Amino acid sequence: MTQSDTPLLTVPLDALHRELGAKMVPFAGYAMPVQYPAGVLAEHLHTRSAAALFDVSHMGQAEIKGARAVELLESLVPGDIRALGLGKTRYSVFTNDHGGILDDLMISKLAEDHLFLVINAACKHADFAHLKAHLEGKVELRMIEDRSLLALQGPGAAAAMATLCPEAGAMTFMTIAEVTVAGIKCLATRSGYTGEDGWEISVANADAEKLARAILAAPGVMPAGLGARDSLRLEAGLCLYGSDIDTTTTPVQANIAWIMSKRRRAEGGFPGAAVIQKQLAEGAPTLRVGIQPDGKAPARAHTEITDEAGNRLGEICSGGFGPSAGGPVAMGYVPAAFAGIGTKLKLVVRGKAMDAHVAALPFVPHRYFKG
Amino acid sequence: MSSKRFTKDHEWIEVEGDIGTVGISDYAQHALGDVVFVEVPDAGRDLAKGAEAAVVESVKAASEVYSPVSGIVTAGNQAIVDQPGLVNEAAESTAWFFKLKLTNPGEVGDLMDQAAYDAYLKTLE
Repeated sequence: MTQSDTPLLTVPLDALHRELGAKMVPFAGYAMPVQYPAGVLAEHLHTRSAAALFDVSHMGQAEIKGARAVELLESLVPGDIRALGLGKTRYSVFTNDHGGILDDLMISKLAEDHLFLVINAACKHADFAHLKAHLEGKVELRMIEDRSLLALQGPGAAAAMATLCPEAGAMTFMTIAEVTVAGIKCLATRSGYTGEDGWEISVANADAEKLARAILAAPGVMPAGLGARDSLRLEAGLCLYGSDIDTTTTPVQANIAWIMSKRRRAEGGFPGAAVIQKQLAEGAPTLRVGIQPDGKAPARAHTEITDEAGNRLGEICSGGFGPSAGGPVAMGYVPAAFAGIGTKLKLVVRGKAMDAHVAALPFVPHRYFKG
Repeated sequence: MSSKRFTKDHEWIEVEGDIGTVGISDYAQHALGDVVFVEVPDAGRDLAKGAEAAVVESVKAASEVYSPVSGIVTAGNQAIVDQPGLVNEAAESTAWFFKLKLTNPGEVGDLMDQAAYDAYLKTLE
């Protein structure tokens, strides 16, 4: 299936994006704004210095209701959903029987018997089929098609939000609440995927434009597209599904083993648990690391990584220019022996071996609001 | 009227005597978006017409700049290496990429003049 013969789906904010001058591109089957007239660089820097509004309505939203919701979701993810407090949100992954990652997702606990999930656009139908195959008939499962998702991100997000929803200021990172924003009932989490403070706001499609306009009218907020979202999440060291994590990488290899609690590591009980437990005990053969080119040339995805002698170690999974880092930044998979911070590597860019080194992630410090 | 000639890949060349100055068009810099990295050829490099001569990268993507004609590079523009953003500001003037001594000046005639290039851009809309 190619993009050209498949009509693109449109998000409820499509007309607003075009009115704002967005450049729309096909993404996961949707026409999405990749940038507005200010451009990726300005949108990125504005997000880090003030606040930006992203439309992430292409992402999937789903809910699971029922007495066994927690127990059954734990059979599909390695996260500790039992220990998740009411009104709290947690990052997790769906794993397959080999311990590979089917998708990454956000799980929020609205009630002991009510979970809210946010999943990736490109994976949402497969995820839902996966959920259905394992949970149907045991819980109430619903793909939420009638809601949009907006992300307000940046150090100025709190001030902007204060003008629209004073009660949201009491929320801390990774909490969820039903709030009224600009007079509109929303489900908001204090989270995001840029490394900055902010909120992801789920809103009825019918109210999405009104909400977006209200947020854009708040002090310091500009619209930002998927281009800036990608460079922001890369600098923040956050994984993009399909680039940095996929069915061939386990949470241990992806260096996100922190998503597993002590209980889940010990008990297992999720697909691929044996593989993942073995890697937790013995170490994974390869690991995702931050990689900083020493020169100015960005190293893009699939750039070959070698050791100093030129032996192939792996490849870059995400890479580019980090506007806030002020230079090229990347992430890639290397054998565990080469994963130590400071390890010298070479990146083969346009046939030339360029100096690089393993760098600590994130490239730009996270500034979440922890209260 | 500009004496620039253009390629379908959006390079321009302006020839004075036997020296050509090469850059990317304003259309190209606009399509690329914010330019964050540039690599220019070293003096002395022998370039065939259509050969990869330089690299221009935006936040998102890398693109090659091809030599519109054959020649020997006489200079790369260090200013855009130091300040890649200049390409966005002055693509068709100070933000040239390299100069070369033409080895087959007749090739210039194969390139589009400003009017032909403008017409070509309309076909891309």
